[in-house]
Amino acid sequence: MDYKTIKKSEITEFLDNLIKEYEIAAPIEKDDIVVFDKIKSSNGVILEYSNSVKSPKKFVIPQFETLISYNTNEDTTNVKEHLDEQKQFILFGARPCDARSFLFLDKVFSDEKNRDIYYKNRRDVVLIISLGCTQPQETCFCTTTGGGPFSSEGSDLLLVDIGDDYIIQVITDKGAELVKKLGLKNAQKDELAEMDRVIKKSEAKIEPDLELNNLKDKLDNSFDGSDWETLTEKCLSCGVCTYLCPTCHCFDIVDEEKNRKGERIRIWDSCQFPHFTMQASGFNPRPTYKERYRQRIMHKFSYCIDNYNMVGCVGCGRCISECPVNLDIRQVLTSLYYSMLSGRT
Amino acid sequence: MKNPYLPTPMKVEKNVIETGDRNIKTLTLSFLNNKDEEIFNFIPGQFVELSVLGAGEAPFGIASSPMEKKHIDFTISKVGLVTAQLHNLEPGDTVGMRGPLGNGYPIELLRNKNIFIIGGGFGFSTLRAFTNFMLHPDNRKHYGDITVVYGARNPGLLLYKNELSEWEQRNDIQLHVTVDKGDESWKGKTGVVPVIVKELSIDAENTTTLVCGPPVMIKFTLPVLAELGLAPQQTYLSLEMKMKCGIGKCGRCNIGSKYVCTDGPVFSLAQLNKLPQEY
Repeated sequence: MDYKTIKKSEITEFLDNLIKEYEIAAPIEKDDIVVFDKIKSSNGVILEYSNSVKSPKKFVIPQFETLISYNTNEDTTNVKEHLDEQKQFILFGARPCDARSFLFLDKVFSDEKNRDIYYKNRRDVVLIISLGCTQPQETCFCTTTGGGPFSSEGSDLLLVDIGDDYIIQVITDKGAELVKKLGLKNAQKDELAEMDRVIKKSEAKIEPDLELNNLKDKLDNSFDGSDWETLTEKCLSCGVCTYLCPTCHCFDIVDEEKNRKGERIRIWDSCQFPHFTMQASGFNPRPTYKERYRQRIMHKFSYCIDNYNMVGCVGCGRCISECPVNLDIRQVLTSLYYSMLSGRT
Repeated sequence: MKNPYLPTPMKVEKNVIETGDRNIKTLTLSFLNNKDEEIFNFIPGQFVELSVLGAGEAPFGIASSPMEKKHIDFTISKVGLVTAQLHNLEPGDTVGMRGPLGNGYPIELLRNKNIFIIGGGFGFSTLRAFTNFMLHPDNRKHYGDITVVYGARNPGLLLYKNELSEWEQRNDIQLHVTVDKGDESWKGKTGVVPVIVKELSIDAENTTTLVCGPPVMIKFTLPVLAELGLAPQQTYLSLEMKMKCGIGKCGRCNIGSKYVCTDGPVFSLAQLNKLPQEY
């Protein structure tokens, strides 16, 4: 792997240069929270932050997106596909957990047989420059789900903060091309040693992994277990966990029409909502909180392994820190796991 | 690259009331563009998303056989926003269609088998498609005995009445039509589907069963099939779930790790027995 360096003081210039050629999203403060937004200049970009409240998935699966639009005249209807050409796009400063989430979304939306052309259109132009986590939070559990505070999976370039400088790890060819164009200098031996020290120090800070060997097998055997009910008693089915989650991707498709002009819109939806699976007959296979929360857990930690060979969770901890009733997914998993071990299901 | 969300424009040829309560209609569509028609191939048991612009989309099993060129049938029960709009369509109107979607009945595996079809209510529509497919002169020789049990709550709710009469006349299909409750004019069988199935003598050895109908029918029919000696590998069910995308992305139609829209809607009972009972 190639390693480059850049001075922290040069980052604004670095970004302002990139803005000339690319569309860039970076972490900024908006309404008192950190979010990813498209920027016009490096002003206001925050690189000392834990993680954004909302995940950056919106750049590949927007919360609202027009799939087709149409207008109806006397006897003809014109239908238009909305596949606008996308400008080359850099997601700057994303955390490694969020970068990994893009690999997961690729598996869902870019499968050979049913490739989602809208997703591909946005995803193809994305280059991810992620920022390793020197200050993991109490809610972070990326290492349990296969990632880490400096995991490079999903990133094209990964920045490591070593004090006055960042080391830039060059992960992909796409990343290498960008670095080459910018003419960054190679990292020195002492800088690389410092990088190793920073990474080790940070990794020591992260909460220890949940001990969940063969969690999937145990979940598969506990589908009908009684613990689901007790564990999910306090869930409000508000769906905030699914909206903030970087891997949750469920959506609805609805039509909106006014004056014979209309749009077919794809909009985020949530498995936590009662109407999500309600059939027209009134039958609902997931009628209560229990079945809906169970679906979320089973989907991420069992079904996704079957279908994509990857856990559908990157351990970002947003669903823990933002849950209005403090339902902690780590405690749920641990409780399920150990009650299953002791055969209490 | 193909846009899986872009509907193909279809023309309404007919929209015929099927049932006495006027709540079920069969919609017959043809392609507006020849090139769409040329590339459209399907297997009985597959479904499509039909859409009325402004109202939205909903999934429907294809009710006609792929051997019938030029037109495609859908039998639609009026239960919601989209289906109400579909019921209002008149010949010449345009409707959108995405598909075919899903796996369909395992027509290759079913070759040279005796076929036992069990349908209830308007779940019969894709079974009708497959039955017509088998009865086609080019295909009939590929299948053994064909036995059909079809039930509705009352005579007025029976679908495809003309076709049922035609099947009655044939000697290469055993048809058993039943209603839960008859009326003065009803001369056929009375009794719920599982009871009728129980009375039949089926050679379990070389028979494969296809079942589609309301949950209560399925619940009471499966034990009867087991009694008749039909193993879970010989029994196929076509399932229904709330769907949006139809291509395994939107996340609502899964049973365990299987998506009804892409892995189904047809599953063997052996497959279903391995999945959570969440359907």
